[in-house]
Amino acid sequence: MQVKPGTQLRSAVSTVEVVVVRAPAADVELTCGGAPMVPLADEPPAADQLTADVEGPALGKRYADEEAGLELLCTKAGPGELACNGVALPVKGAKPLPSSD
Amino acid sequence: MMLLDMAVSGFGDRTAVGAGETSLTYAELYRRAGVAAAHLQSDGVAHLAFVGANAPAFPVAVFAAAWAGIPVIPVNYRLGAAQVRELLDQHPDTLVVADETTRHALAGCGHPVVEAEQWLAMASAGEPAGEWPNDPEAIAVLLYTSGTTAAPKAAILRHRHLLSYVFGSVEFAGAAEDEAVLVTVPPYHVAGLANLVSNLFTGRRLVYLPAFSPEAWLATARSERVTHAMVVPTMLARIVDSLEGQDSAEVPSLRSLSYGGSRIAPSIVARALELFSTTDFVNAYGLTETSSTIAILGPEDHRAALASDDTAVSRRLGSAGRLIPGLEAEVRGPDGAVVAEGEPGELWVRGEQVSGEYLSHASPLDEQGWFPTRDRAWFDPEGYLFIEGRADDTIIRGGENIAPAEIEEVLVQHPSVGEVAVVGLPDEEWGQRIAAVVVPAEGHQVDPEELREWARARLRTSKTPDVIDVWAALPYTDTGKLLRRQVLADLATEPSA
Repeated sequence: MQVKPGTQLRSAVSTVEVVVVRAPAADVELTCGGAPMVPLADEPPAADQLTADVEGPALGKRYADEEAGLELLCTKAGPGELACNGVALPVKGAKPLPSSD
Repeated sequence: MMLLDMAVSGFGDRTAVGAGETSLTYAELYRRAGVAAAHLQSDGVAHLAFVGANAPAFPVAVFAAAWAGIPVIPVNYRLGAAQVRELLDQHPDTLVVADETTRHALAGCGHPVVEAEQWLAMASAGEPAGEWPNDPEAIAVLLYTSGTTAAPKAAILRHRHLLSYVFGSVEFAGAAEDEAVLVTVPPYHVAGLANLVSNLFTGRRLVYLPAFSPEAWLATARSERVTHAMVVPTMLARIVDSLEGQDSAEVPSLRSLSYGGSRIAPSIVARALELFSTTDFVNAYGLTETSSTIAILGPEDHRAALASDDTAVSRRLGSAGRLIPGLEAEVRGPDGAVVAEGEPGELWVRGEQVSGEYLSHASPLDEQGWFPTRDRAWFDPEGYLFIEGRADDTIIRGGENIAPAEIEEVLVQHPSVGEVAVVGLPDEEWGQRIAAVVVPAEGHQVDPEELREWARARLRTSKTPDVIDVWAALPYTDTGKLLRRQVLADLATEPSA
């Protein structure tokens, strides 16, 4: 799917929700727990199809594929690994900007 | 609301704003926003105006409006009823949240007014509204621009602009529990809004000081053990002034001090760096239309500039720093083409946090989504951005482009000069001639001829002011921006010299 910064997605199989912070120009296949992620506006999954002990993204953490130019921020935590084109997305190291506010 | 929702999930019991009895945790703020939103919805309120100084009522207003799916309109609280009326008449079905000082002045503004205490009571009585709307396209805030060059315009910031700004610049829960930020920038300034949402996302407690004075600022910074603060340049200048003769500000808790919003003389920054020797300094450059900060001069940049003998590095103390990630910038000449590297021109920017939309004015965005900042600027080879000043303020004398700031910075260094404004007056021969208006430094008298010689020795002859007027005061906005058009207007009505 084509994603752009600001696009909000949810997992089809768990409570996970993310927002796209950086997006590549090319189409990407974004999955959570192996299943393609769907637009946030879609109906949430009827019940968690993944057990709670399957590791998934943590609230507020960023998951990125620097080379591809993709960064996701987790807005709702849950089980199910985030992956881009089949490759797991690692947590992005926090390199915060100095506080300007 | 996404930001507050995440904050509640991540650290709901932390104090979000204030101290003691009037403080609110994130969870409490969330609940109040929900209950107030229910009232807004049932009363059919379409806009929520906030006309007051910083207080817990402000974050409640911002998030209640977001939850109710309506825009919040922070308004300058020094405006009188007639002006507020004129402004708000463009926004039907507005509820005004005022504070004790503005409440009476606003009676007769033509819209229902509720005072902060009442507003907070409303926010505690009843049940919260249903699920908050998740519509990034909806208008979050209408912010009136400062109007230094033209009349104020209502700039539109949608939720997606603010979210993009926050997600692009701060880390969720990045603040440790003891962190607190001292806020003296008013809510109707974009920095006041940006401050609220980004500190909230990091989990840093907001400490409001509604009435600024250098003494109160220092006292509050010490007593609340604030770790962060954001000020506009005139506040920093006044703080530095108040510490004259001392060699330390004595605010050991202050880890980071950020400033921005208008020009500041590098000499004031240098002095502040000495007084707050263990504090990180951050200069932030941004506009209302860009959801605030788009370029930052960080702590290491400040230190390197202060310590360096290389002018290429030391002059960065007067720069706006480097662009934040995700922001694109171009410097364009009068023909619209991108100028050669390092050349000055008008700064255009593009990015997810850039709005450039106004309520009642055409958008100046070009076809590719670039926004004209109307600032004259240039980049050095390492990507540091230098802002010369508003393009409209550029004086064109004999075909030469002259930035008032360059002349102002020279004049202000003369011991007799307290403040200065340089503007261009129409001239038949040269197109424009240079006029400097000077406010004497305390206890000094200004000798215009001596000052002109001073300038001539330091600048090219063509940049020496043709005329120097001495005034008792210069006109500024509440956040310290010089009102150049007022200076020009006042000069025009003076009997000619």
